[in-house]
Amino acid sequence: MRRTPRDRLLLALRYLFLGACAVVMVYPFAYMVSTSLKSRTYVLSDPTRLWPDEPTLDNYRQVLTAEHFPRYALNSALVAVASTMLIVLLSSMMAYAFSRLRFPGRRVLFALIVVGLTIPTMMLIIPQFLLARDLHLLNSLPGLVPFYVGTALAFNTFLLSGFFEQIPRELDEAMMIDGAGAWRRYWNLAMPLAKPALGTVVIFSFLGTWDEYAWAVTVLNDTDKRTLPIAIALFQGQHSTSWGLVFAASIIALVPVIAIYLTFQRYFVAGLTTGAVKS
Amino acid sequence: MTVTSQTPSAAVRAAAEGWRRASSSRARRTALAGWLFVLPGFAVYGLVMLYPAVQTVLLSLQDWTIVPGQESPWVGLANYAEALQDPVFLRSLVNAAAYTAFTVPLQVVIGLFLAVLLDGYLPGRVLFRVLFYLPVVSSWVVVSLLFRYIFASDDSLANSVVVNLLHLSGSNVAWFQQRWTAMLAIALLGTWKGIGWSMLIFLAALTAVPVELKEAAALDGAGAVRRFRYVSLPAIRSALSVVFILLFIGGFNVFISVQLMTGGGPSNATQVPLTYMYQQAFDFLDFSYGSAVSFILTGTVLALSALQYWWTRRREAL
Repeated sequence: MRRTPRDRLLLALRYLFLGACAVVMVYPFAYMVSTSLKSRTYVLSDPTRLWPDEPTLDNYRQVLTAEHFPRYALNSALVAVASTMLIVLLSSMMAYAFSRLRFPGRRVLFALIVVGLTIPTMMLIIPQFLLARDLHLLNSLPGLVPFYVGTALAFNTFLLSGFFEQIPRELDEAMMIDGAGAWRRYWNLAMPLAKPALGTVVIFSFLGTWDEYAWAVTVLNDTDKRTLPIAIALFQGQHSTSWGLVFAASIIALVPVIAIYLTFQRYFVAGLTTGAVKS
Repeated sequence: MTVTSQTPSAAVRAAAEGWRRASSSRARRTALAGWLFVLPGFAVYGLVMLYPAVQTVLLSLQDWTIVPGQESPWVGLANYAEALQDPVFLRSLVNAAAYTAFTVPLQVVIGLFLAVLLDGYLPGRVLFRVLFYLPVVSSWVVVSLLFRYIFASDDSLANSVVVNLLHLSGSNVAWFQQRWTAMLAIALLGTWKGIGWSMLIFLAALTAVPVELKEAAALDGAGAVRRFRYVSLPAIRSALSVVFILLFIGGFNVFISVQLMTGGGPSNATQVPLTYMYQQAFDFLDFSYGSAVSFILTGTVLALSALQYWWTRRREAL
């Protein structure tokens, strides 16, 4: 299409609006970074000025050398990695069975998975707490994993079974004629073909468990078992005037999230659209 | 051998029988594999989701005692009757409804507006998409603390905007000391954090509209507004209703931001159903009352969203 002056004006207007919105959306983050670079005495001077007079990394140094902070980051990472691996394995196995294998009870079980999509996790926190108590999983880091996995399975199974449905059945049948069993067809055929969808599952599962707060703060008691979100929330309680410290800790927790998001942001789009637009 | 003495028809029958047996054993093997594939995941899912879902209802009908082994008496609907007369619970529902009424339309309208601006040829659109989506991937804990700092009572960012820039108030506002200013700060956080999500879904739906269709409309002399009204809007109608329903459910289930910004205070003024449920259960150990509160909330919200879903479907059918 030829660009008329009118088109150019429209493009300029679009940039103007988008730019203004971008400033509003990003400003709170810039403010957080700026506060984390201020030394304690400067924190409350003129709030609208973004660049501090004497920027310092002192807050970051203090956070990283704080007694338990590296431990909290490790706790969060371990729980997130273990949960993500289990979510990917278990939800993809279920999804493969629901979309490719005929077995009695298949429809009922799938309907029960769909029911799980409608239950907000917070609604279940009381009976889940009692269950964790009965299974002796309170105040235990590995004890978080089954709860993170169980609450994530419905959504991811649903997402993946939609994806597996789109793989041509002829491929399955060709492998079957070659004598391949269900496991080989799942592992060597369906899984490699589902990589984009699996990428979405990995990202959502990792971010969801890395950031999880409500359940972890309810079941964990011991200081050395805390995860990063609990530590940051408590940090604010203990150092109520040193916001620079709080935000330095927050930014350290945000860095892996933003790095993963930037690396895989295309999968975000793919995963969201299959999840929301199709239904 | 016996095979040689068989008549042709008997041989065919035997072959068919063998084939049937082979295929039924293959079906049996597939069924077994199906069960083995589903079993581990479904066991965890059933234990952590389905069993507690049933348990919520049972707990809400009891007067649950924390002492293990002691009998918890059944009290019927007493917890529900209590909740419906509890002024704090009713106020928490009003707060959540206000939060939803504020955040949902803003997220839908701004998200849609941004998606329309980003749709089509635009150098740098990925950069904008990433920037708008950053609040969505950030953890609720971090952004709740951030907004608590932004809306602090002293010379905070929000106060310098309200007092020096907009001149809406002569002196600093103590945002979290009053019900509606606190709810406003919480709702602004919810809107800011959610816009990127609805934008991304609308953008995906808009991208699915064929470019030829938009160009044809443009050639026919349709302006931007009419192109949006007659070409883009019909294409995103289903995305619109899904986003609306999911945001509605999410709005009533607001929790971490309220918990970390006000804790439901001052004196229960900013309580929402989930913070109230949480306090009843884990501060006062009234697990049964907490379960009744959470069941009323979920039941009401699901019923209302089913109604919305039915209503949009019916309008589409007309």
